Amino acid sequence: MSGKITPELVSHIGRLGRIELSDQQVVTLQRQLSDILMYVDKLKQLDTWNVEPMVYAVDIQNVLAEDIPGASLSADEALANAPQRDGDFFMVPKVLGDS
Amino acid sequence: MNEIINMSVLELRDAVIKRDMTATDAARAYLDAIDARNTSLNAYNEVFTEDALAQAGEIDNRLKAGEKVGPLAGVPVAVKDNICTVWGTTSCSSKMLEGFRSPYNATSVSRLREAGAVILGKTNMDEFAMGSSTETSFTGPARNPWDVERVPGGSSGGSAAALSGGLCAAALGSDTGGSVRQPAAFCGIVGMKPTYGRVSRFGLVTYGSSLDQIGPMTRDVRDCALLMNVIAGHDSRDATCVDSPVPDYLDAIDQPFDKLRIGLPREFFTEALNPEIRQAMGKAGEVYKSLGAELVDVSLPHSRIDTDENGALSSYAVACYYLIATAEASSNLARYDGVHFGHRTTRDCGDIVELYSASRAEGFGDEVKRRILLGTYALSSGYYDAYYLKALKVRRLIKNDFDRAFDNCDVLLCPTTPSTAFGLGEKVDDPLAMYLADIYTTSVNLAGVSAVSIPAGVSKTGLPIGMQLIGPVFGEQVVLRSARMFELASGTCRLRPPALGGKQQ
Repeated sequence: MSGKITPELVSHIGRLGRIELSDQQVVTLQRQLSDILMYVDKLKQLDTWNVEPMVYAVDIQNVLAEDIPGASLSADEALANAPQRDGDFFMVPKVLGDS
Repeated sequence: MNEIINMSVLELRDAVIKRDMTATDAARAYLDAIDARNTSLNAYNEVFTEDALAQAGEIDNRLKAGEKVGPLAGVPVAVKDNICTVWGTTSCSSKMLEGFRSPYNATSVSRLREAGAVILGKTNMDEFAMGSSTETSFTGPARNPWDVERVPGGSSGGSAAALSGGLCAAALGSDTGGSVRQPAAFCGIVGMKPTYGRVSRFGLVTYGSSLDQIGPMTRDVRDCALLMNVIAGHDSRDATCVDSPVPDYLDAIDQPFDKLRIGLPREFFTEALNPEIRQAMGKAGEVYKSLGAELVDVSLPHSRIDTDENGALSSYAVACYYLIATAEASSNLARYDGVHFGHRTTRDCGDIVELYSASRAEGFGDEVKRRILLGTYALSSGYYDAYYLKALKVRRLIKNDFDRAFDNCDVLLCPTTPSTAFGLGEKVDDPLAMYLADIYTTSVNLAGVSAVSIPAGVSKTGLPIGMQLIGPVFGEQVVLRSARMFELASGTCRLRPPALGGKQQ
């Protein structure tokens, strides 16, 4: 059921992935993603009926930690790489609309 | 000082402990070599001159005071720039993380330091470890010391170039689909991808969480075993790091196996295989036979490599890998939002979505964008079952093939790469051709098993050929010991590029 990769679809994926794309990038990506998807389509040749999907490389059990408070980064350390801060907060543009 | 940069890790460590030379001498020899040659190789993104000399001085002081030192005392090591260090920056060779300073060391780095290693600096890589040539780096491509017009491979190409070019005694890389083994093959060194869960990934910048592993890169197999001794083992800060005892990988490393069954996966030896590489693998098989090993025909049907009607290489494993790795990447790299750390656009954004989208557009390079978008597509509503879920099922089939193969043999022998190092710029405009550089390595990550690439000789054109030995889950011991058998018998270990006085074989 592979969909055809249209410029609209590339722009849509760009919005989902939160990456602005120029018109030129949309054209290039349409071709490149189409090539790659045509290549991965070969997986359809394989019968995977009744095959359990493999999410992890090795069998992993749930790992639980004791709930013991320990040392963590100070606010200053955690904010040290922030592009913009306001006191002990990360600074962002307005999140909610005016109305 | 030329002598120091040709020493193995073990020789250098022993010389420092016996006080035949100081750790400071060793650090200076490498820092001088970096000064002289890094400009042409572009192997390092950043060099920690003062910190490295301070760390070396501390080892010398402890030895002077008669204190105990660790198994890597005074050994100058390079660290890939996606492994966090408190010294310098951790940039992943990306504009997105330019200037990012980690508040902590990765566990593998802390363990190197506890063992007495001296951290020389951070090595160049494909941006966010996405690439097979180190050409997607924001700081420009690293170059292959065997021929500076060729790539060193990738994504750990800076680590491989630094080691092969005599700019460190050992290095750390990371391997998601071949990123330690493929550059090791291209640069004529040893590179290991440990079993998933064997080495802590705390402090490794995540790319494909179910595939990533940190691995050592060294001049010979014994050094690789020694580094594994230091970095392997449980870490409570990485929930995927397995809590099982770590054997001493150096134990009996020089003792050949009496009876070793080496599996040759017939799907890796198809007509698609380059004749010169086939010949090198054949010779390796003969070396093992002369040591009493038995060569066994095994089958990995879902990792089969063919040539399609256009002459291009074709593999289910590569298709499966690029769906799973990009799906995981699209989720993992969502953290780069221009808010908490990393690049932020200077544009005056009206809302937060614009801030995210503009910062990411400016901060990420083309290959990273391509993979995020491919992964986003594979996970998006309507395509999830056809792509992502399908790939997870094929992954199971690939893993089952390995399990069956190891019922009949101890290790698998196959090429590491479909060709020797290719030219700079040769594949940059063709993402798919670049992905196929990993055609012999991705199935190992999908199956989660252990593997090492070691030099198997030099091509007629004077470039190293890599050979891969693959072991089962937690099979590092058998992998390393059988690699060492070949190394001792074949004399192809510790290859040196002609520029460093190595002779052509």
